[in-house]
Amino acid sequence: MTETNQVDESRSKSKPQSKYDYSKGPLPLKINLEWCKACGLCIALCPKQVFETDRNAKPVQARPENCTQCTICWVHCPDFAITSNYK
Amino acid sequence: MATVVKQKSDVMLNYLRPKMKFPSVWCPGCGNGIVMGAFIRALDKLGYDRNNVAVISGIGCTSRMPAYMDFSSLHTTHGRALPYATGVKFARPDMKVAVITGDGDALAIGGNHFIHACRRNIDITAILINNYIYGMTGGQGSPTTPSGAFSTTTPYGNVEKHFDACNLAIGAGATFVGRATVYHYPQLEKMIIQAMEHKGFSLVEVVSNCHTYFGRLNRKGDASVMLKEFKENAVNITKAKTMTPEELENKYVIGTLYVNNDKTEFCDEYHKLMDIAQKRKK
Amino acid sequence: MAKNKRKLLQGNGACVEGAIYAGLRFFAGYPITPSTEIAENSARFLPQVGGRFIQMEDELGSMAAIIGASVTGMKSMTATSGPGYSLMQENIGYAYMTEIPCVVVNVQRGGPSTGLPTKISQSDTMQARWGPHGDYNAIAVAPSTVADTFTETIRAFNLAERFRTPVTILLDEVIAHMRAIVPIPEEGEYEIINRVKPTKPPEEYIPYEITENYVSPMPGYGEGYRYHITGLTHNTYGFSTNEPEEIVVKLDKLKNKIDKFQDEIIKLRVDNMDDAEVAFVSYGSVSRAALQAVSLARSVGVKVGTIQLYTIWPFPYDKLKEICSRCKKVIVAELNMGQIIHEVRKALSADVEVLPLQRYDGEILTPTQLLEKLEEVL
Repeated sequence: MTETNQVDESRSKSKPQSKYDYSKGPLPLKINLEWCKACGLCIALCPKQVFETDRNAKPVQARPENCTQCTICWVHCPDFAITSNYK
Repeated sequence: MATVVKQKSDVMLNYLRPKMKFPSVWCPGCGNGIVMGAFIRALDKLGYDRNNVAVISGIGCTSRMPAYMDFSSLHTTHGRALPYATGVKFARPDMKVAVITGDGDALAIGGNHFIHACRRNIDITAILINNYIYGMTGGQGSPTTPSGAFSTTTPYGNVEKHFDACNLAIGAGATFVGRATVYHYPQLEKMIIQAMEHKGFSLVEVVSNCHTYFGRLNRKGDASVMLKEFKENAVNITKAKTMTPEELENKYVIGTLYVNNDKTEFCDEYHKLMDIAQKRKK
Repeated sequence: MAKNKRKLLQGNGACVEGAIYAGLRFFAGYPITPSTEIAENSARFLPQVGGRFIQMEDELGSMAAIIGASVTGMKSMTATSGPGYSLMQENIGYAYMTEIPCVVVNVQRGGPSTGLPTKISQSDTMQARWGPHGDYNAIAVAPSTVADTFTETIRAFNLAERFRTPVTILLDEVIAHMRAIVPIPEEGEYEIINRVKPTKPPEEYIPYEITENYVSPMPGYGEGYRYHITGLTHNTYGFSTNEPEEIVVKLDKLKNKIDKFQDEIIKLRVDNMDDAEVAFVSYGSVSRAALQAVSLARSVGVKVGTIQLYTIWPFPYDKLKEICSRCKKVIVAELNMGQIIHEVRKALSADVEVLPLQRYDGEILTPTQLLEKLEEVL
């Protein structure tokens, strides 16, 4: 799991950024921390490196501005702990 | 019949049973949860009346799935999901019947029922989640555990050969056979939709991760590493047809592998027969 | 179905006629001597009445399929003999745990294992009670004539529906294969019992609710009720549990629903017992010989009577004790090495001598043999 915690500089440089403007509304995603089992799939699979881990290894939206609502995290979450605030 | 539905990201919450305890009993990162999501979202897109859907399973980690979902669910004995489902479907051909099973459940103890359900071409969709191990009982070898792999009953390496569930199904007469992985989610969901809509016996084999046992015993890494391996080693069927057997070794051939819409379906044929029988009644 | 009043039927055929009369509309089976004709007759006659027949790949599949069909709301049945009955035990146990009504016909033949496919035995009697693992109560009935087979099959279905449980019909090979005249009743002449459906709306439905008679209402599929059925020990909502209190509630339900209502299940035929000093206790084809033996013995003044068990399980301990209270000796005649005799001993007080008459060479017990035993004990 260590490989996923490093921010991939090359990826986050790719433009364009998300078409969603999260500065005026809620965060892109809603994470149900009670259902989340800290499996790390969302963090590993996110193509835009939106997540970091908190100290319980659960996801935190560290770079919400990158989120393109691509659905990959929430369809791969085995515990339905992630839903979108926009979709 | 599948319509493009603007599905909300929280759609599965409408289909989970409120009285069941969440999060699920599965290990963190288990592919079973991903398949459950795909199944629910597929059924939501298909728009079936949920009173008309029966989900039947055998025994194993995978077979715990129906309890979580708000359909008519039947959790049966090890290996016997398919004949229970045959009883349900044949008694009520109007219902949509899905079987959720695993590699051990369907291909070891359930092997006989597997080939006969295929042979009969009864309109049931079997979703076989293949994690290459017996997870529930602690990591024993299954009929799909690769040769040489380690499990608790093959501590020196598996000397047996393993099944290709899809080839077995095609050989036995199934009329829709496809393989997907828990990494390739959109393909998985689409395949479930096609399989449910297909009239006849459909098999969707889902390559899934048991990182707790298979992964650990074979040093495959955690859930995300295993999913990335599925991504690396998956080959689409169109590409696979151009590759040699050596090149395909250790690869997962994914996609719709076989479709036959011409074969008659069991319940349909029996209904025709009922007309004949009734005419012959003395 | 033909409206004939009387039909010449084989025992196996009478079973199917009775079943169809009782509402059978789904049969799944596998050929095995001497029960195969039940499958064959079902294959021919069920589609004629809008029912369905399927030959499954094995007995385990047959049992599974009939449970699946019953869950949707159909009355279902399978038929087999000893080796197949052994294969079915796991799924019969599933039906006990999940309280799904169905009928299993076991046309008994010599065992163990492949045994004697074409010869008679009554050696599955205990298995009908204790076959599947675990704690549960069982219902098993035993006809003794071809006409009996018709009526007992109807009774078996009624019991299955009333008690939401699998019911075993213990036929023996000789009755299954003999032919006799069977009077066929008109529709409505015999009472047919159907499972109780829920009256509460789906949101309030509790699948394994503890009711007054411990039997929960059971909806069919597609009626708006979606619930979970599992072989894991479960609570009243049908979800698996590890809580000791909930486990006890479930297992007590399985026991009490039959234990406390035995009067509805127990059926005996009692002949010449008012002043009998010796009694025969038997079931199935042996009871026919017992009737003849008693008739002959009475004609020369011997005070003997006969008790035929139509219901083997639950075993009628109290009734038997009462009927045999004035007897000095009881002869338990069975076609096995002694199975029901143990229950008879449990039932009767110590001052009644219980004696075995057992034949297990594949042949029937004749009236002569019963009379010889009677002479011996007198």
